[in-house]
Amino acid sequence: MRIGVIGVQGDVSEHVDAVARALKETGKAGEAIAVRRRTDLDRVDALTIPGGESTTISKLLVQLDLFDEIVRRASDEAMPIMGTCAGCILLAKDAGVQADKTRTKLLGLMDMAVDRNAFGRQRESFEADLQVEGLETPFHCVFIRAPAILRTWGECAPKSRYQDRIVLARQKNLIGSAFHPELGGDLRIHRWFLDLV
Amino acid sequence: MPLDLDLSKLRFGTELLKRGFAKMQKGGVVMDVTNAEQALIAEEAGAVAVMALERVPADIRAAGGVARMADPVKIQEIMDAVTVPVMAKCRIGHEAEARALESLGVDMIDESEVLTPADPFFHVNKRGFEVPFVCGARNLGEAVRRTWEGAAMIRTKGEAGTGDVVEAVRHIRLVTAAIAELKGLENDRLLAVGTKFAASYTKLLEEVRTAQGSDPTVREADVVFAGATLDDITEGIYQVLLEIKKLQRLPIVNFAAGGVATPADAALMMLMGCDGVFVGSGIFKAENPETRGRAIVDAVAHFDDPSTVAEVSKGIGLAMKGLDAKALPIEARLQDRGW
Repeated sequence: MRIGVIGVQGDVSEHVDAVARALKETGKAGEAIAVRRRTDLDRVDALTIPGGESTTISKLLVQLDLFDEIVRRASDEAMPIMGTCAGCILLAKDAGVQADKTRTKLLGLMDMAVDRNAFGRQRESFEADLQVEGLETPFHCVFIRAPAILRTWGECAPKSRYQDRIVLARQKNLIGSAFHPELGGDLRIHRWFLDLV
Repeated sequence: MPLDLDLSKLRFGTELLKRGFAKMQKGGVVMDVTNAEQALIAEEAGAVAVMALERVPADIRAAGGVARMADPVKIQEIMDAVTVPVMAKCRIGHEAEARALESLGVDMIDESEVLTPADPFFHVNKRGFEVPFVCGARNLGEAVRRTWEGAAMIRTKGEAGTGDVVEAVRHIRLVTAAIAELKGLENDRLLAVGTKFAASYTKLLEEVRTAQGSDPTVREADVVFAGATLDDITEGIYQVLLEIKKLQRLPIVNFAAGGVATPADAALMMLMGCDGVFVGSGIFKAENPETRGRAIVDAVAHFDDPSTVAEVSKGIGLAMKGLDAKALPIEARLQDRGW
């Protein structure tokens, strides 16, 4: 399998490394590549969308002619996508006033509403060990100017919470994470993602 | 609004969070802005973050005098205007300015040579802060010292406020070539490099001992900076060098800065291996900041596609007039500040 990492802005190399390590750990044959062009996108079986600035990533996806094709493949072909932080925002159907204000175009694939910078500025960024549905032991979660998932509906289901906020959700082939599983060294969520492919 | 967080189970301001923040900026353009209106233009143009200043470097240069931290009212105004992260500058070694900026809640502090240095001996001990820092560097020695001191991001210094990219190119070339040079070094040679890089922490103690008529030699067990002995620092720097040798890049994010004025300048810095670009005077000193800002963002995103760089460079108005960096008198060079 070939896993693409949207490579226009953000912690792209960390995502590529994490996917490559997860492939190795699970013994699956495959590779991780950065996706910057349509020809890259056409070659991959699944995608991750990294952390970064959601407004910037969104604009570049449109410019690079990737935006509509990602939506089409996720909807028509059930291509698995995992979005972390900014990627999670882009997967949501609703990202609140901040996204409206900056006119951020959302992929709008997951039945969830997110709040950008929900915990505050960088000084409110934090690490915490949280329970994740389906994992036996807590997962070490790294939140950096993170969004939160305010609510889910339809086929989208919460998988982890921090206090009253949802921080991980899944809707069939799609995973949205408010935190950064690519930064903490624990690859259980990546393995879970690879099982969807 | 921050939640009522359970502090006992959470960790704030860790190395992972500080370096992680810097990683989220990769592939992006950070733009200097001096008010809310400019900040909104920068955000609209696709900046990943803005640097809040009272004056852009070209104006600081023109004004002369002592350049200090911006008025917090200004910084707050910019923080309130945009959703992207906001950075602000403190003087080199000015811990009190840095603490003030941290308390304002800026997302990253730039300990910057664009402002007049406050400490002739030391940079800020950045490990003691929860807010991440970016620091300038002209060469590998400076980059490694700043990394050891706890910086989460390096930006090559270039020569700010000139619109002349030559110094930015010089500095990334010096860093890159020095990293390649480490590849062939055995560990004992690497330790010798570390010892050399650590030597500049001894200046204060040497000056004191010379004034007292004693032997100025600083020994390994002497405490020289932030409670660390020369031996601690040498060992710490050696560990950073080992990591650089293995990764064949800096262990933290490395942006370009100081002289980027056109989309092609920005693309050049990316081609040379930078993770992103700071544009200071280059945007709001240009004829049409909005168009130029967007063009520079596009050029960074498409740095390896010459046709896009050409396309976005079309008809964007005049670039900042600029200064020939080579013609600057020594006392006007900002890059020599810090060590």
